[in-house]
Amino acid sequence: MNFDDTPAEAAFRTEVRAWIGANAPAELKADLESAGFGSLELNGVDAMAVAKAWQKTKAEAGWACLHWPKDYGGRGATPIERVIWGQEEGVYGALGGIFIIGQGMCGPTMMAFASEEQKRRYLPPLAAGEEIWCQLFSEPAGGSDLAGLRTRAEPATDGSGDWIINGQKIWTSGAHYSDMAILITRTDPTVPKHKGLTMFFLDMKSPGIEIRPIKQANGQSGFNEVYFTDVRIPDAQRLGAVGDGWKVSLTTLMNERLSIGAGMSTGFPELFELCCRIETENGLAVDDPSVRSKLATWAVRTTGLKYTGFRALSALSRGETPGPENSIGKLVAGPTMQEIAMFAEDLQAQAGIISDPQIAVANGRFQAMLLRSPATRVEGGTDEILRNIIAERVLGLPGDIRVDKDVPFNQIPTSGRG
Amino acid sequence: MNFEFSDEQKQMGVEARRYLSAKCPTTAVRAILDGPDSYDKVLWAGLAEMGFLGVVIPEAHGGLGLGYLELCVIAEEMGRALAPVPFSSSVFLATEFLLAAGSNAQKAAWLPRLAAGEVIGTFAHAERPGAVTPRTLQLLAVDGRLTGVKTAVADGDIADFAIVSARTGAGSDARGLSLFLVDLRQDAVRRTTLATIDPSRGHASLEFNAAIAEPLGSPGEGWPILESVLDRAAILTAFEQIGGADRALEMGRDYALERMAFGRPIGSFQAVKHMLADMYVSATLARSNGYYGAWALSTGAAELPEAAATARVSATQAFQHCAKNNIQVHGGMGFTWAFDCHLFYRRSNLLAVSLGPQSQWENKLIARMRARNTAA
Ligand SMILES: Cc1cc2nc3c(=O)[nH]c(=O)nc-3n(C[C@H](O)[C@H](O)[C@H](O)COP(=O)(O)OP(=O)(O)OC[C@H]3O[C@@H](n4cnc5c(N)ncnc54)[C@H](O)[C@@H]3O)c2cc1C
Repeated sequence: MNFDDTPAEAAFRTEVRAWIGANAPAELKADLESAGFGSLELNGVDAMAVAKAWQKTKAEAGWACLHWPKDYGGRGATPIERVIWGQEEGVYGALGGIFIIGQGMCGPTMMAFASEEQKRRYLPPLAAGEEIWCQLFSEPAGGSDLAGLRTRAEPATDGSGDWIINGQKIWTSGAHYSDMAILITRTDPTVPKHKGLTMFFLDMKSPGIEIRPIKQANGQSGFNEVYFTDVRIPDAQRLGAVGDGWKVSLTTLMNERLSIGAGMSTGFPELFELCCRIETENGLAVDDPSVRSKLATWAVRTTGLKYTGFRALSALSRGETPGPENSIGKLVAGPTMQEIAMFAEDLQAQAGIISDPQIAVANGRFQAMLLRSPATRVEGGTDEILRNIIAERVLGLPGDIRVDKDVPFNQIPTSGRG
Repeated sequence: MNFEFSDEQKQMGVEARRYLSAKCPTTAVRAILDGPDSYDKVLWAGLAEMGFLGVVIPEAHGGLGLGYLELCVIAEEMGRALAPVPFSSSVFLATEFLLAAGSNAQKAAWLPRLAAGEVIGTFAHAERPGAVTPRTLQLLAVDGRLTGVKTAVADGDIADFAIVSARTGAGSDARGLSLFLVDLRQDAVRRTTLATIDPSRGHASLEFNAAIAEPLGSPGEGWPILESVLDRAAILTAFEQIGGADRALEMGRDYALERMAFGRPIGSFQAVKHMLADMYVSATLARSNGYYGAWALSTGAAELPEAAATARVSATQAFQHCAKNNIQVHGGMGFTWAFDCHLFYRRSNLLAVSLGPQSQWENKLIARMRARNTAA
């Protein structure tokens, strides 16, 4: 048992480190280190431009989406090499935030279901950050119950074979700056809900798309409502067979949980650091037994997640598939971060409410964490849905009883009070 | 990165599980829980024959001369099986004390017999309810004779010898404390078997009346030695707890699949599913933290004290969490003597304080993280 790189991994790490040392935007390092939670905001620079520039630099040198095939803008790297890259990229990885949905979820879906020609056209600019993608899945009537979605795709009546889209998506992160998207729609409302879905990809500049930013509870506007009025999509942009959209979406969601869950932070190192310099009525917080007891619980969750990740890496390193233990990542990290943020507020006492980064403790990081952490417990599968997944897929317990399972979609009751 | 047990180590675990499933079903645990014996003598002899009692004891002293990773793997299986034998006392504590601080003569005298299962060793430390600290420790050592009382000594009723902490100097700091090796088979030691929350593991109080004792390690060095042995034992015990937690989770899962209520398996109710999912989460965290401890123990890393406290806190949480919710999943059945749930519940709460309470380990963990931070 050891944490050592194999000789090949060590050589790779050396190469990565040298390249990052020579090419990363070192002038942004300090800013990135103290950046808050949620959308990236940097002092006095255009975060989007900087992020795109770094992605482009990486892509030109073959360091973007390393695990993708070279033909599609990647490097053909092994999963473990990709992880080593992530470790070495460190704080600059935060610049990749706006590409995560595209590269982490839309890309793999395209890889699995698009034509060869489409992959060569769309994947390299996605890897290089030239085109940003978003994920048009959730709807007002389809969140946890994604298959309850209502956005319709109907064959055009002009005989072109195109599809005409009408409906509404919601919570679409980054729709307002995205170039492309994957979109799940209902093509047949007369069959049970999982059977009548079809997946497409489309240009976000298509006529008939209207994007309305939603102001989030933490004041930022990362997600949007997206309305479709007679938006036309060529049949060639269908991903998977008509009616197979649910299966296709599972590819995306599997990748979503992997990329969201991997290496998630809990806020513990920041809290520990705070406890080493802030006072409770019993002296330094870190020496206060009641504080220590809480810290210990969050410490072992944080180390437990770290080493759970290491176990998965070891499997990857040996060329094996990691076990199901990684499914705990977001479920542990989300609530822990929220608890930590609340406790950090308590430690700061009356001043704990101050969120102005210029005056607040730790640049207002804990206040940003406090206000952002509820979203972590919802996005990409709520805590409850994740518990269901662990119970069903890992422990083998029965699925929930679904009263709508075999009912044609258009006959499912739609109001709880009806 | 190779943060995993090797195939050979895993194979040892498989063999240990096979052996324990055959020789130590829960009926064997109950025989000790209910019956007059204090431990399962047949199983103990069998474990000795398998070499499991001397995994890390050097071959020169009659052991297998293997490493701590092998021992962790076996500890986990002992925990799964709730083995009613003095394994932790003899192997995690007595053996570790001898390896850490025993003289050559002491090692030669005791290690071969420990490995062979011919003698049972233990550690006697607590004296009264409440935390054991250098300030509270009272048992006195004068001219190689011990006088005083130790309580809640695991296997104190059957052990042949014990490592005993005692006061040798004046003052209330750790430098006044030393360790002694005491043969318990002398008249000056009176043992009283104690009723405990887990009768599947014997405990006793020991009264020393000028009992003959030989020093273990240098005088005045008792506290640092015992802290370091407790750290090592904490990692091994964590594996025992991880094994217990996993089995309690599996029991709960299996029952949830079988038991019907409201016309469906109770495992289809979300309240039950989510309870089991949370058990899986804590068991998984504990296992990963245990691996961290195992790594530190096997490499002698400087982080060992921090890793030990991490593994300990996490494993105690997980075993208690899984054992108590396993009863909950079983409903009324879970509260019967006939069902095995209470065996795990008892053991989880026994192990939770066996090496000092959770609050003490939490405290150690943060103190150690802090020391590392200050040093860095
Ligand atoms: C910051 C943020 C970014 C997002 N970005 C995107 C994006 O880019 N693209 C996209 O498509 N979506 C996105 N989402 C949407 C997200 O996937 C959904 O919000 C999420 O799946 C929950 O769906 P919902 O909001 O409809 O809540 P609901 O499904 O209505 O859930 C409400 C509550 O009911 C519970 N609940 C629902 N069903 C069950 C069940 N079967 N068992 C137990 N409890 C249940 C939930 O756990 C929750 O507590 C984003 C969300 C957030 C917060």
